[in-house]
Amino acid sequence: MVEQNLRYRSDEPVSDPAVTVDAFADQSNATAVRIEPGDDARALLPHLDRIALVEVNFPAYTDGRGYSAARILREHGYAGELRAVGDVLLDQLSHMRRCGFDSFAPDQAISSEAAEKAFATWPDVYQKTVDGRPAIWAKRHPA
Amino acid sequence: MYQYDSYDQSMVDARVAEFRDQVERRLAGDITEDQFKPLRLKNGLYLQLHAYMLRVAVPYGTLNSRQMRMLGDIADKYDRGYGHFTTRQNIQYNWIKLEDAPDILADLASVEMHAIQTSGNCIRNTTSDQFAGAAADELVDPRPYAELLRQWSTFHPEFDYLPRKFKIAIIGSETDRAAMKLHDIGIQLVKNDAGEIGCRFYVGGGMGRTPMIAPVIGDFVSPLQMVSYAEACLRVYNRYGRRDNKYKARIKILVHEIGADEYRRQVEEEFAHILTLGLEPPAAELERIKGFFEQPGFAAGASDELDLSDPDFALWVDQNVHAHKQPGYAIVNISLKPTGGIPGDATADQIRLMADLALAHSFDELRVTHAQNIVLPHVKKADLYGLWQKLDEAGLAAANLDLIGDIIACPGLDYCALANARSIPVAQKISNRFADLGRQRELGELKLKISGCINACGHHHAGHIGILGVDRKGVENYQLLLGGCEGADTSLGTITGPGFNEDGIVDAVEKATDVYLAQRAEGERFVDTYRRIGMAPFKEAIYAKEPVNG
Amino acid sequence: MKIITGSDLRTGDVIWWTGEGWSRHVNDAVEAGEHAEAIIARENAKQIVTDTQVIEATVTDDGVRPAHIKDRIRALGPTVRLDLSLKPADPAAGNWVI
Repeated sequence: MVEQNLRYRSDEPVSDPAVTVDAFADQSNATAVRIEPGDDARALLPHLDRIALVEVNFPAYTDGRGYSAARILREHGYAGELRAVGDVLLDQLSHMRRCGFDSFAPDQAISSEAAEKAFATWPDVYQKTVDGRPAIWAKRHPA
Repeated sequence: MYQYDSYDQSMVDARVAEFRDQVERRLAGDITEDQFKPLRLKNGLYLQLHAYMLRVAVPYGTLNSRQMRMLGDIADKYDRGYGHFTTRQNIQYNWIKLEDAPDILADLASVEMHAIQTSGNCIRNTTSDQFAGAAADELVDPRPYAELLRQWSTFHPEFDYLPRKFKIAIIGSETDRAAMKLHDIGIQLVKNDAGEIGCRFYVGGGMGRTPMIAPVIGDFVSPLQMVSYAEACLRVYNRYGRRDNKYKARIKILVHEIGADEYRRQVEEEFAHILTLGLEPPAAELERIKGFFEQPGFAAGASDELDLSDPDFALWVDQNVHAHKQPGYAIVNISLKPTGGIPGDATADQIRLMADLALAHSFDELRVTHAQNIVLPHVKKADLYGLWQKLDEAGLAAANLDLIGDIIACPGLDYCALANARSIPVAQKISNRFADLGRQRELGELKLKISGCINACGHHHAGHIGILGVDRKGVENYQLLLGGCEGADTSLGTITGPGFNEDGIVDAVEKATDVYLAQRAEGERFVDTYRRIGMAPFKEAIYAKEPVNG
Repeated sequence: MKIITGSDLRTGDVIWWTGEGWSRHVNDAVEAGEHAEAIIARENAKQIVTDTQVIEATVTDDGVRPAHIKDRIRALGPTVRLDLSLKPADPAAGNWVI
């Protein structure tokens, strides 16, 4: 299991190893699963209630499929830990957080101070996503 | 035009701060070039043949005099006194230093401009009709919708690492002046039988290595669901676009490979899901933005009279001045294609002059066209003569709009690291060959487009005459294409045959125009004659063996 | 011969490895030798040059001539704006590129 160093949840981390999406279907007691870029996150939707950890792998930071995977899971109500692992760099952290990731296990260590600064890059956001931040259009037109 | 509120301003300011920090970390060696490159590309900064090149966004091609003047000042302060207007309505500077880039972005931010997402595998500048808000045939001004798309696509967290670049164009008339069907997403605002406005989504068009005309994917999407539908289109692309081969990574390949029907099915599924999330800005936001695009305060009773006794002025009016929907007013096209000049280039002084003219004569508004020209959209006819004289003094009065002298050319191998051949010298030679304006007018509408490589930034596939520069064993060579066209009758050009050297391609173009003149029927443009008689007569003339002189 | 070229990290200027440092003039370029990769790695690490590569060139009467037209244009400047090139006073400078 990849050692994590940035985690933004208050619950206890899962200690089970993350299994692949294919293996997960056969293992009724697995609670942690790992999504590769080519996997379909929607395959996990029937099982969200028993998943405590989803790792989304970024073998290359230029492969942006993991952002969609994360967001889809959150949009369908997944409330467990959603961790970005692999080639995760400082400059992607704020967008990843906006897509629903709440922990990060980058191959190259990132200090928590640098991460906090990265999350504070945008004083506002143009889009409504899964992170709860109100979009600028919502602020312009309070309901 | 749109004006930033404090939210918009804080976003561009935050971007400047983010990039300044990224540049510092790069110069200190804290991040590698591989890690830094996508970051600088997302701020429009390329490393080209001679220096860094900065591509500044001109959202849907619209800007005011203050912004235009800043573009001129940036050319003087940070570059070498000129800028280049591009086929996506942007401006490029060719001699930029990385260490200056954050300051340039700060200067741009001070006039509500930026270079956000003008490169990189993300959503690029949304382009539109250069006559928006002025043309008589407009159903609805597309620019408020373009502004909505601009904000939706800016720093979109899910779509920052797409398989490849993504280009959107939006129009609001039947006449397509933005080459909409040759974009990743093209949106046409249409009216249904009930008189309601809707968005027709074309998805999967493009040029480059495998040019394709976009099929209709969403026939009639409510404008109040436009953002959600676009989100669905992008999500399907982000998830399933090819990432194994850079030359097969655009959405056009995905749509082509799975088929338009399957792509539509996936989009509709995603769209249905996205509609449950409440991502769409409210109607009030579109109305707020529309408020910035209301008709300017035209003078009622402005005169439609024009004194055309000056023959040069008369030619310019005839060719470059278009009818405006408001009586007494006109749309002025400023050609950046002087005979023998570099297409799309303008000096800092010329840029500032155009800014001044816009302020004085066009309700402080200019447009950049994807044909690399400038438009003053709302000029009183009574002001035209004085305006023309000033343009003429500054070398901006070439009366060649849409004629063969109005060449579209990418920067090519003189500037661009991606190019295989130079394009500008070819443009200059053709321009000089056809220098005589009478000859150009005789040929009529003839859109000639030159690309220095297969990336097709010169849009050669869509040229009535297209030229593609290639590398033939280290020597520059040029292929000729005929019969491309943008607009409602979009078609892709066909290659004539073996390529030519630089002089040969100019001769070949001339021979093609000779065939047209010999064969044309009444009222036919070059492209119409080509479509009627086909390639064979052109091919025969172009490749005919020269008679041997005894 | 093989020579090393790159772009100045800060300014983007085209530069050529001289054996001791970097020059903006291709005629100052030297044979890279068998340590080219080590030189490139060392110089990249100094954060002064980027996009560094080994390219082919020949020595002619006019000096060092890169084998590929793209590198010749890099060495000179834009052929259509010789006033902005390294040879602004020579109207025939573009011929060297072909």
